[in-house]
Amino acid sequence: MTTEKIHVKDREIVIPGDVLAEGMSYIPSGHAMRDDEKVIATSLGLTSIKGHVVKVIPLAGRYIPRRGDAVIGKITGSAKFGWTVNIRCPFDADLPIAEASNSYLDTRRYPMSKFYVSGDFVFANVLDVSEKKYVRLSVKDRPYRKLHEGIVIEVSPTKIPRIIGKQGSMIKMLKEGSGCDILVGQNGLVWIKNENPEKQMLMVNAIKKIESESHKSGLTEKIQTLLKGGKK
Amino acid sequence: MGMKSDKKLIVKGKRLDGRKADEMRPIKITAGVLKNADGSCELQFGETKIVAAVYGPKKVLPRRYEEANRAFLKVNYFMAAFSTSDRCRPGPNRRSTEISTVIKSALAPAIFLEKYPQTEITVHLAVTNANAGTRTSAINAATVALIDAGIEMRDMVTSIAAGKVEDQVILDLAQDEDNFGQADLPIAIMPRTDEIVLTQMDGDMTAAEVKQSYDMCIKACHEIAKIQRAAIVKKYGNEGGKENE
Repeated sequence: MTTEKIHVKDREIVIPGDVLAEGMSYIPSGHAMRDDEKVIATSLGLTSIKGHVVKVIPLAGRYIPRRGDAVIGKITGSAKFGWTVNIRCPFDADLPIAEASNSYLDTRRYPMSKFYVSGDFVFANVLDVSEKKYVRLSVKDRPYRKLHEGIVIEVSPTKIPRIIGKQGSMIKMLKEGSGCDILVGQNGLVWIKNENPEKQMLMVNAIKKIESESHKSGLTEKIQTLLKGGKK
Repeated sequence: MGMKSDKKLIVKGKRLDGRKADEMRPIKITAGVLKNADGSCELQFGETKIVAAVYGPKKVLPRRYEEANRAFLKVNYFMAAFSTSDRCRPGPNRRSTEISTVIKSALAPAIFLEKYPQTEITVHLAVTNANAGTRTSAINAATVALIDAGIEMRDMVTSIAAGKVEDQVILDLAQDEDNFGQADLPIAIMPRTDEIVLTQMDGDMTAAEVKQSYDMCIKACHEIAKIQRAAIVKKYGNEGGKENE
């Protein structure tokens, strides 16, 4: 019988191999694992301790698609089944014709390029990631759709929760503060649209600021002043 | 190894650079030095300098290396043309291919390759200044770069060499000690469990001397692990205040 002990505090930085807790009553979650009676961190990240559940929230890393994710992708080509999409992940993603629209796409009468061409952006739902790492996307049903106009910027996928904020507080502030349309993909792509290019650029700066200063406190106020300064 | 030197390598218990037998050269590690890489690290170990860059998990190229249930780990160790006192001919050679392979086999047990099926993780290790101990420094640098890239790992990997000079076991051989010494034994361990992931030996040692080398190296590896950890924490250290608002 070993002693039950926790070695880390909440929101502490850990690296792989760090012993987070000892004892069978602690349960590893997220980027943590159990080794005999110890709970070990497996990734660089911040700890999150809720009761006896010990979790590591990663601070770095690329996007790995999972079912149900909302992503922004770029159409890279078309095939018989539909379109191929780049969603900034190690695998190829496909958008089948049946999932490309709510209405029937008559590909006998019209060419495929009538609906999507290379370079178009879509806000899509990850329908399924198969065993063979075959990613299927869908743009059926709201809010998933083809993105017209606007600009798409890249951020680190690990900073996406910060851009959205607690219960969407940050994204709400960004939308209301600038009047821009914003869509955030979990793969680290953000789409921004506004008729006024200056407001669009303000939004780009705000999101870049969130990304670079995500670890500093008082970020909400900083973004607020940035948004107000741009309104003049 | 094997060459003869007129110089005494150990004088009154002190080595050429003034170190004691179980003292290693100073280490300086900076994480995240390259912007285009997913993870990177610059490591200075005495006069040896390494730049490590990690890319991935990404699409496997060429496709035939793709593995169904695990990631393909690609390690590319190379020495810059200006890294040695004579010019070092650039491009892959017998030595760099061997070192790439041993580093790959040292890193593979620590990485959760099975969590990234059908992807590739690439580790580039550039030696910009060589002064003995490049393979051990390269492993230390690669570990920091892998952690910086956010790749899931079971543990860190730390590495150091011991050797025999003038019938005495010493830690972390410098260039002259490596060239004119009697034996060289680099090892790499996973410091949490002390599992050994790499051992090589060049030269002759008795069983007792090998045991002594191991003990010395494992002790030193734990020291290095602390420095590696500090380098990562320095880069990400103030992220703790995140989402406090």
